[in-house]
Amino acid sequence: MIVFLLRRLFLLGTVLLGLSIFAFALGYLFPGDPLQNFSGLRYIDSTQRDLLISEYRLDQSYLAQYLAFLERIIAGNWGLSFASQQPLLQEIWQVLPATLELTAYALLLSFVLGVPFGILAAIKPQGVFGKTISGLALIGYSLPIFWWALLLIMFFCIGLGWFPSGGRIGVLYEIPNVTGFIMLDIMYADVSYQQAAFHDALTHLILPTLVLATYPTTVMIRFVRDAMLEVWDQNYIKTAKAKGLNRLQVLYRHGLRNALLPVIRQIGLQFSALITLAMLTEVIFSWPGIGRWLIDSIYQRNFPAIQSGLMIISTLVITVNMLTEILHTLFNPLARKS
Amino acid sequence: MKNRLIALLVSVVWLAGCQQEVPETVRSGLVYCAEGPPEHFNPQRVTSGTTIDIISQQLYDRLLDIDPENGNLLPGLAVSWQRSADGLIYDFTLRQDVKFHQTRFFSPSRPFNADDVVFTFERIMEPSHPYHFLGGGNYPYFQSVNWAALVQQVSAIGPNQVRFELSRPDSSFLSNLATDFAAILSAEYAANLLTDGQQALLDSRPIGTGPFRFREYQKDVLVRLYRNTDYWRGQSAMEQLVFDIVPNNAKRMAKLLTHECDIVAFPRLAELTLISERPDVKVQESTSMNVGFWAFNTTKAPFDQVKVRQALAIAINQSAILQAVYFNQATAAKGILPPTSWAFEQKLPDAEYNPQRARELLAESGLAAGFSMDIWAMPVQRLYNPNALKMAELIQADLANIGVTANIVSYEWNTFRRKLSEGEHDSVLIGWAADNPDPDNFFSPLLSCAAADSGSNRALWCDPTFDLLLSQALSTDNQEARRAYYLAAQRHLHAEMPLVAIAHSQRFQAINANVEGVIINPYGGIALFAARRVLP
Repeated sequence: MIVFLLRRLFLLGTVLLGLSIFAFALGYLFPGDPLQNFSGLRYIDSTQRDLLISEYRLDQSYLAQYLAFLERIIAGNWGLSFASQQPLLQEIWQVLPATLELTAYALLLSFVLGVPFGILAAIKPQGVFGKTISGLALIGYSLPIFWWALLLIMFFCIGLGWFPSGGRIGVLYEIPNVTGFIMLDIMYADVSYQQAAFHDALTHLILPTLVLATYPTTVMIRFVRDAMLEVWDQNYIKTAKAKGLNRLQVLYRHGLRNALLPVIRQIGLQFSALITLAMLTEVIFSWPGIGRWLIDSIYQRNFPAIQSGLMIISTLVITVNMLTEILHTLFNPLARKS
Repeated sequence: MKNRLIALLVSVVWLAGCQQEVPETVRSGLVYCAEGPPEHFNPQRVTSGTTIDIISQQLYDRLLDIDPENGNLLPGLAVSWQRSADGLIYDFTLRQDVKFHQTRFFSPSRPFNADDVVFTFERIMEPSHPYHFLGGGNYPYFQSVNWAALVQQVSAIGPNQVRFELSRPDSSFLSNLATDFAAILSAEYAANLLTDGQQALLDSRPIGTGPFRFREYQKDVLVRLYRNTDYWRGQSAMEQLVFDIVPNNAKRMAKLLTHECDIVAFPRLAELTLISERPDVKVQESTSMNVGFWAFNTTKAPFDQVKVRQALAIAINQSAILQAVYFNQATAAKGILPPTSWAFEQKLPDAEYNPQRARELLAESGLAAGFSMDIWAMPVQRLYNPNALKMAELIQADLANIGVTANIVSYEWNTFRRKLSEGEHDSVLIGWAADNPDPDNFFSPLLSCAAADSGSNRALWCDPTFDLLLSQALSTDNQEARRAYYLAAQRHLHAEMPLVAIAHSQRFQAINANVEGVIINPYGGIALFAARRVLP
């Protein structure tokens, strides 16, 4: 196990190293002055220029520059945003929680719906119920989510008027940003309309969560169903049945545990797809998360922001991937052998 | 398991769907959905109408105001004013007991007085002023009317008396003081910030005397204002005013229909009939002094040749543009001045569409083989140009007929305007909305040599003959004489064609049916002081 962990950590290190080299290279690959791209300062006078060149070691070899870049990244000095001239790291901390919050709810929903429906579909795969679930899952899997999102907005927001069409909370509710997670912030907020604010935030949350959860839920359903079908054919299930355990007992004690193992791994693999979809969802629902921030930055030609955004998102995806793989291995001794 | 799940789902949807008691803070708040973010919060440094709409009338007052009905000047922070016989000295008597905003970051110790006026205008005029170079020392509007050369001195001649000394008589001077750009800032707040070494905050955390005070700005998301309870004209009926920034047209429309926005800036003209049929929405329409135009960068070849500019001007089909872009909710432009102005030249010919003649003109300029150019199309919807990208596509097709290949270029709005001021464009589709009823407002800020230096002259055109006509017009107070100069200026423009005027548009605003009192000023930004909610 320790050897495995070390190998994984080594892999993680190598990937992060490659990522940081790429991010560093972007400073040169983006159009414009590398000094501006690294610092994010829009106007640099000559004294400031000399000072920055020596601080960034731009007069030395690329290796020295890269090391200086790494030092700055580790120290949390990520430069400024072209658009706002605010520190980038601070901006990222303001938008990242919104994305994490949305992603977490969507992931949770995909579990809550995906696992039971997957099992139901597996119990009688050829039955009406099984076929319906599989069919719906296939449709959900193939839906382009921007179209799906617009349909839902058309129907529920404009047509029925049940939900607002965008944002995290009605703009007239003044909720100070403490943690960046809107539900927590409402709890912390010292306002008289907490209850109403909570309700309002919930109505804002439903559609984006539903849209973002569509893809992972369908993947989860198909995956759980296939895993269950495979496990169901194993000899130990037959043994358990032969022992006289009833269906529910077999399902819970032997089927589910073994079938859900690969599901943990699936989360890691789905995470990058989920983040990409989160970006689309954020843009459509005006959700102030990192995806929308990054897309705005691309539109604004805000090179330092693009650089940092890529770094943060890739690191996040890689880390989650790695963690779920380690968890999977921890629960599944078979995987350690390979 | 299944049943429980369904029950849970149903309860969540029910919880979200049912109407809860709406708290007071929401009922007494107004949401204006703006088409773009403000650049900053100081009107002196702005030219974009987006920023002016959000900040000017809401946060600040001016010495004078313009009557939206007839364009006359009204007393603002100045209760009265006198002009000396030679037209060189203006004395203003200021309103007393006007308080600056009390906010989390500033508590005024004294009411508004002459020092604030002196501070406001010295910042613009004096390069040695500690705040002059904040933001790069750019005051586009004031530079375009050559303010620094016009006003020699601003001084306090009493606690509530201010004197402006001019270097020459200027008949548009008072109108300039009444524009949205001439907002009065607090000298005391600026002095406090200077002591703390926090000068930059003056333009990002504003203090004014207007009907609303600043609360917060979440970049590219929203601007939150609260009412100024001490406002000298009385309190606004709305406690909170939020500018929700929604650059996407379709999303702004959706938010109007879901009642997330009470007022929507610049509804799409194509959708006007559709939304006006809804009982919960009303569409406000007003004439507005504006012009949408296509400006050529006259410092770049081949646009430095008059014949090339004339060729391009007659190569485009103006009536097709009016139909497709403005949905015929606009007047075809003959020149940059709208027909409602008293200085409008009736005799200008209607826009001509003649590709054959255009090709001949190009051939005469030695460009028979055609050439390639960029058309910059602004990314936002403005009054004077509701869809610059579409207009660019139409022009692109028209130009292809005369052998000119056009590439369409666009950036995010603030980036777009920055690159434009740096003169990187070949040609640009943009426009101008008047800030005051004076005809000079269409000439000096747009096409004078001073404006070419400050970057608001999108054609970068500098013509001494034209500048002379403008200064002659400004130096006389005789309206007939002024008119003659402006008529000559319009004819000169038509001959030189530094830009092609396309249309003068109506201004539309889609408003929630239970909101009243929204005033659209034909000469500037929207005023929300009198807006209020009436329950049906």
